[in-house]
Amino acid sequence: MVMRHKKEQNVTTMGSPYPGHEETGDMTKQVVQVDRVVIRFAGDSGDGMQLTGDRFTSEAAWMGNDLLTLPNFPAEIRAPAGTLPGVSSFQLAFADHDITTPGDQPNVLVAMNPAALKANIGDLPRGSDLIVNTDEFSKRNLEKVGYLASPLEDDSLEAYRVHPIALTSMTVEALKDFDITKKEAERAKNMFALGLLLWLYHRPTEGTVEFLRKKFANKPEIMNANIAAFEAGWSFGETTEEFSVQYEVKPAPMPAGTYRNITGNLALSYGLIAASEQSGLTLFLGSYPITPASDILHELSKHKRFGVMTFQAEDEIAGIGAALGASYAGSLGVTTTSGPGIALKSETIGLAVSLELPLIIVDVQRGGPSTGLPTKTEQSDLLQAMFGRNGESPVPIVAPQSPADCFDAAIEAARIAVTYRTPVFLLSDGYLANGSEPWRLPDLETLPTIDPNFATVPNHTNDDGTEEFWPYQRDPQTLARPWAIPGTAGLEHRIGGLEKADGSGNISYDADNHDHMVRLRQAKVDAIAQTIPDLEVDDPSGEAKILILGWGSTYGPIGAACQISRRAGIKVAQAHLRHLNPFPSNLEEVLRRYDKVVVPEMNLGQLNMLLRAKFLIDTYGYNQVRGLPFKSSELVDVITELNQQMEGAQ
Amino acid sequence: MSTDAFPALSLIPKSEVELKAKDFKTDQEVRWCPGCGDYAILAAVQGFMPEMGLKKENIVFVSGIGCSSRFPYYMDTYGVHSIHGRAPAIATGIATTRPDLSVWVVTGDGDALSIGGNHLIHALRRNVNLKILLFNNRIYGLTKGQYSPTSEQGKITKSTPQGSLDYAFNPVSVALGAEATFVARTIDSDRKHMTEVLRAAAAHEGSALIEIYQNCNIFNDGAWEPLKENDVREDNLIRLNHGEPIVFGNSQDKCVIRDSDGHLQVMDVADVDPSDIIVFDAHAKDPGLAFGLSRLYNPRTLTNTPIGVFRAVTHREAYDRMAQQQVADVIAEEGPGDLRSLLHGNDTWSIT
Repeated sequence: MVMRHKKEQNVTTMGSPYPGHEETGDMTKQVVQVDRVVIRFAGDSGDGMQLTGDRFTSEAAWMGNDLLTLPNFPAEIRAPAGTLPGVSSFQLAFADHDITTPGDQPNVLVAMNPAALKANIGDLPRGSDLIVNTDEFSKRNLEKVGYLASPLEDDSLEAYRVHPIALTSMTVEALKDFDITKKEAERAKNMFALGLLLWLYHRPTEGTVEFLRKKFANKPEIMNANIAAFEAGWSFGETTEEFSVQYEVKPAPMPAGTYRNITGNLALSYGLIAASEQSGLTLFLGSYPITPASDILHELSKHKRFGVMTFQAEDEIAGIGAALGASYAGSLGVTTTSGPGIALKSETIGLAVSLELPLIIVDVQRGGPSTGLPTKTEQSDLLQAMFGRNGESPVPIVAPQSPADCFDAAIEAARIAVTYRTPVFLLSDGYLANGSEPWRLPDLETLPTIDPNFATVPNHTNDDGTEEFWPYQRDPQTLARPWAIPGTAGLEHRIGGLEKADGSGNISYDADNHDHMVRLRQAKVDAIAQTIPDLEVDDPSGEAKILILGWGSTYGPIGAACQISRRAGIKVAQAHLRHLNPFPSNLEEVLRRYDKVVVPEMNLGQLNMLLRAKFLIDTYGYNQVRGLPFKSSELVDVITELNQQMEGAQ
Repeated sequence: MSTDAFPALSLIPKSEVELKAKDFKTDQEVRWCPGCGDYAILAAVQGFMPEMGLKKENIVFVSGIGCSSRFPYYMDTYGVHSIHGRAPAIATGIATTRPDLSVWVVTGDGDALSIGGNHLIHALRRNVNLKILLFNNRIYGLTKGQYSPTSEQGKITKSTPQGSLDYAFNPVSVALGAEATFVARTIDSDRKHMTEVLRAAAAHEGSALIEIYQNCNIFNDGAWEPLKENDVREDNLIRLNHGEPIVFGNSQDKCVIRDSDGHLQVMDVADVDPSDIIVFDAHAKDPGLAFGLSRLYNPRTLTNTPIGVFRAVTHREAYDRMAQQQVADVIAEEGPGDLRSLLHGNDTWSIT
């Protein structure tokens, strides 16, 4: 169905929303070359916007564009139709170059109803394309969201290139010969919109047709109707006078390799399976469903071929309890949750600290406190992960920086957990979980091997010459204790949450022993820093006086902001922490190299507090808790302003 | 007894040498109060362990918090002394991943029914292969004498100077309500009976809940006395034996019948037609009779207290067996997973 436009010639147009574009054209429509496009699909929760966005993403990925996505949906499964709380959107950026964010502002907004228009129009820059489904702009729907008059009929949208299209009725018309209900036909309007957008951005269509064939394999009539709606949307683009140009985004020059598109939750699931394979340990997930972490439970439950066992527990506490039990018995125990779940698991995490057993605790952070914003992103569990337990209870923390990076971060968390016999936090967030990007598939040979190094023989000789197993006799290098699993003859031992005597592990209430054990557990976690790579700083000029230091999912917006600032002549350095506990050994030295250290976080300054407390350095927090990732433009403003202040001070 | 008596333990490696009770004793000093009922239970369990014929490294004891939960420290097997109420959850992870282990949970009335009530009922509902020993002394011992969820209403304790207001849980009723596949009750002072019940529990595949009436001689001494004193004991105890009519009393003069409303009634044998006496069936799928029996007793006077195996049914497969089977079936059908093809998925592109 898709024909590549071969004949291209330069033409000139005015007022394009795409800066730096080149335009070409052929006999029918112009084809404009642009380097980057940001599209936002917005509609009702029931309009299938997430699916539409996913499909567009796949087609863009297949074309070799670099891309990033930002789904944004309400916590309610189906809020009342046509209302502002029910608006669901999916934004994606695709480009002919390496990009790190899903874009601050869309170039094109597809609004499936007045609510979607009202909720999103504020983000649309002047001059952008606005595609509106006119069928939904009834008096009633307008009133639902407080429009006194239709914005399509007054002048309120004159700053945009409005494309009023009767998406619903054209879809129904296209499907009139199918043996389906009117409602079913209307529901296919998202495919019509997808077809139109794929035409507009010159994307292939075969993948979507194939996808629809598979998705509706058991409902042939629905399958054919959806394909027909999709093709009708594409054809409409080709024939309508509404769109005079098509846009094209060339493939991005990316390192050679095989790529796929992947979300953070999927990459994290695969990372856990890879860690299981690399360690030879059975992967056991004990979990309780919670947004936005449930997809990891769903995903892992599909992979029994890898021996993966998943246990949907009665509550968060039982989820981690079973995972810890599995670890005790010699599996790689994992629990997955979000912030509220961590609060419930805290006591068991403390037990894992005391038992010194491997355990991976995945926290896909969301807006808090309490139930907070279940479907929105935040980085506000860092201090909970650090300190949210009774007693001196250190737990290592690893945080991925992008959706695909969740794969490597999961393996790293497993390496630390197994090597050091400790629970480890893996701090993802809602943006990483549901966002996606192209992932260059790793060479399996390069994945680290994780050695469980189970104890098999006694490790202590008594005065009388008899051999014994001491469960808290530590490895002098790592300070890790031996992991002897049930079924190992002669190593029967008892461990628990009571303080134990150093070495023998017997219950001990001795004052000096407790002081010693508290310090030992801390020293063990601190020693992990010896195996963490030094923090690298990206400072192309080598002369930057400002360092932007981030962690987790802010990597993308910070990276984009630094690049933009450098293009404007500002010398700024970027560094990003993957290990939050312990920090890389050179962190203090890095911080002291710069006059100003800015720490942007989607919280009220949690990493910033840790840095100031640990190093007595006057780092500067930039904080936002809107449930959405930073816009690179706001970070550019921060950098620009700081730079001006510093230059002014000189 | 040979291990063939325990087909439920078929996946667990057998000991090549004959173990003795003393092989299950650790070098740790037992720290319960002198006179505590826990000593008798420990001795009975250590005495029973060799009967299973298992390698002791394949036995795991998991406990929560409370006096009873110190139990694992005194068993020379693998053991975890965990946190309050969570032992069934932790033991579920052990049992589900390791079918070659015999997993025992030791808990108390507070640990199992108060803070850990949720985990207990769900472990029983799932029928995880756990043998749960619930020491019921109707008081909080380790925190020094507050009322527990099995304390009789009106109990005067440190936290209830005017008497407790809570209605008590009956652990056997709770377990039957959760549709546990094996439910039994025994008494700390009756080692022979306790050993019989342990034997039946070990032979059961799936969850087994054993309520053990245990005396706390410090904070609730004599709580079970009507079931222990020689003179009155047999008048109060209904000894349940599968396949036998339910007759009890010092002179076997009392029995259980179903009245015209279908309710269970304790009657004098002399007053009923012998064919009306209920023949006890521990293997009935319907837990109705077992539940009715669990409601017969008077929680204050302890008259009409049944002991023995209330229910032992096999129609529900154990959770851990099914979980292992699902994995085995998928691997048998589709072959073991290949990481490379997993990561590649169905939709890749190459850049050269």
